[in-house]
Amino acid sequence: MTVPAIRITSATKRYGSLQALAGVDLEVAQGEFFGLLGPNGAGKTTLISALSGLVRPDGGTFEIMGFNVVSDYRNARRNLGVVPQELVFDPFFSVRELLRIQSGYFGIRNNDDWIDEILASLDLTAKAGANMRMLSGGMKRRVLVAQALVHRPPVIVLDEPTAGVDVELRQGLWQFIRKLNRDGHTIVLTTHYLEEAETLCGRIAMLKSGRVVALDTTENLLRRFASHALSVRLERPEAAAALGGTVTAGGWADFPLDRYEDLEPLLARLREAGVRILELRMGEADLERVFVEVMNGA
Amino acid sequence: MVHDALTGFRTLLYKEVLRFWKVGFQTVGAPVLNALLYLLIFSHVLDRHVTVYGEVAYTAFLVPGLVMMSLLQNAFANSSSSLIQSKITGNIIFVLLPPLSYREFYAAYVIASVLRGLFVGMGVLLVSLPFVDLPIAAPGWIFAFGLMGGAILGSLGVIAGIWADKFDQLAGFQNFLIMPLTMLSGVFYSIRSLPDFWQKVSHINPFFFMIDGFRYGFFGQSDVSPWLSLAVVGICFVFLAVLTLAMLARGYKLRA
Repeated sequence: MTVPAIRITSATKRYGSLQALAGVDLEVAQGEFFGLLGPNGAGKTTLISALSGLVRPDGGTFEIMGFNVVSDYRNARRNLGVVPQELVFDPFFSVRELLRIQSGYFGIRNNDDWIDEILASLDLTAKAGANMRMLSGGMKRRVLVAQALVHRPPVIVLDEPTAGVDVELRQGLWQFIRKLNRDGHTIVLTTHYLEEAETLCGRIAMLKSGRVVALDTTENLLRRFASHALSVRLERPEAAAALGGTVTAGGWADFPLDRYEDLEPLLARLREAGVRILELRMGEADLERVFVEVMNGA
Repeated sequence: MVHDALTGFRTLLYKEVLRFWKVGFQTVGAPVLNALLYLLIFSHVLDRHVTVYGEVAYTAFLVPGLVMMSLLQNAFANSSSSLIQSKITGNIIFVLLPPLSYREFYAAYVIASVLRGLFVGMGVLLVSLPFVDLPIAAPGWIFAFGLMGGAILGSLGVIAGIWADKFDQLAGFQNFLIMPLTMLSGVFYSIRSLPDFWQKVSHINPFFFMIDGFRYGFFGQSDVSPWLSLAVVGICFVFLAVLTLAMLARGYKLRA
């Protein structure tokens, strides 16, 4: 039986009065593209930091490819690449120097062939000799990805890697990360862009107040929480509540629909109630809706 | 691609050396110039009026003190400034994420500090030589105290760099602890010229023993026995090394 890429058991962490992790259990299989979602302060970054050894948990165990991150930290860290959330860099060095140094930290010498390959994949070859201070924000973000990959880790954690990144770069970055995933790397992604998570992740965990409040495949989450919804602008929106709808702003009301077949009976009920429809649109289920429902329900 | 158990440590050491070497004008050149100015001014004012240990000219007496003072201050500056900059800019994570042990971390930062201290010390010595006839009575002592002094201040720099959350706190550590202890350690005078009380006070300053032992290597004379100085300096180093390693092992202020 293959070991999971990541196994987290009963993880707890408290900062003063704040319970950042309140007993998290999580397992990510090798080769998965896994999403870790949650509002600010949910515990995502604490969880990732504890996994990567940047934070010491109060309790629980963290394993990467079967290696405990405390007792066998050398093997655990060799198997993990982390792209941090903040745009951090060492202003003393060029891109190539940084990547060589980062390789060295992981015990790897003469790594230039792989460094060249990463630079080419991330469209950074022309900037290899440039000092980090001279690069744009997007370029710096790509260098962070390159730094996480220099030691060819099987597990890669990306902590909000597209925050503040333009659309073109975001697309390029996801193309590259998808390729890494196809090549067998396990990817764990935290992001506030829920459409990204929906498109990319095969499985998703949602965190709230340091607990996992939802964990399933993306498909199941979408199916379980909301498949479709009808949004209508009504002459008398207050009538929507009696018919199972939720009144939103501007005279609009939302009616959840499990199947398209439920649409006609709903319209008939509205007609029978004498409620005049001014505008109508169909909404597909999306992760944002699921996210809101999970967070409100948890 | 070659894997090697010591590569991580060697790389961190190389990075720390490269970091100060890349700005050598500021990290080596400037302190050498400072020491040279001290030498020119003090020797101009005092050389004809003061002799030390009976027959040693003041300028000759001053040079080993300036060399050691520069060595100590720059060893401290190296590890402390590197760590606080990394912490404040956030790039410390690139050292914390890899599989480096806390002992490798300590050794790399302290050795890089010693190297910077030695570079600066040698620079001060070289630019001083045209102005002074300096004997070298026991080079082994010079080397031993240079090395130990650099390691002590390198360790103090690691402690200060980890403890300080902002540059202001680090400057406080440097200006209110390191600087007074260095200036009052006998760099510019022999403690034999002090009143009895201040001689006794000097004996509780470990920096005095570093400089006095270092000076013994040049003149074969010192205020106290070099063996006593070596013992004090050795105990200080062991104490600070244990303290720093304990902080790093706990992840104090580095791994929250």
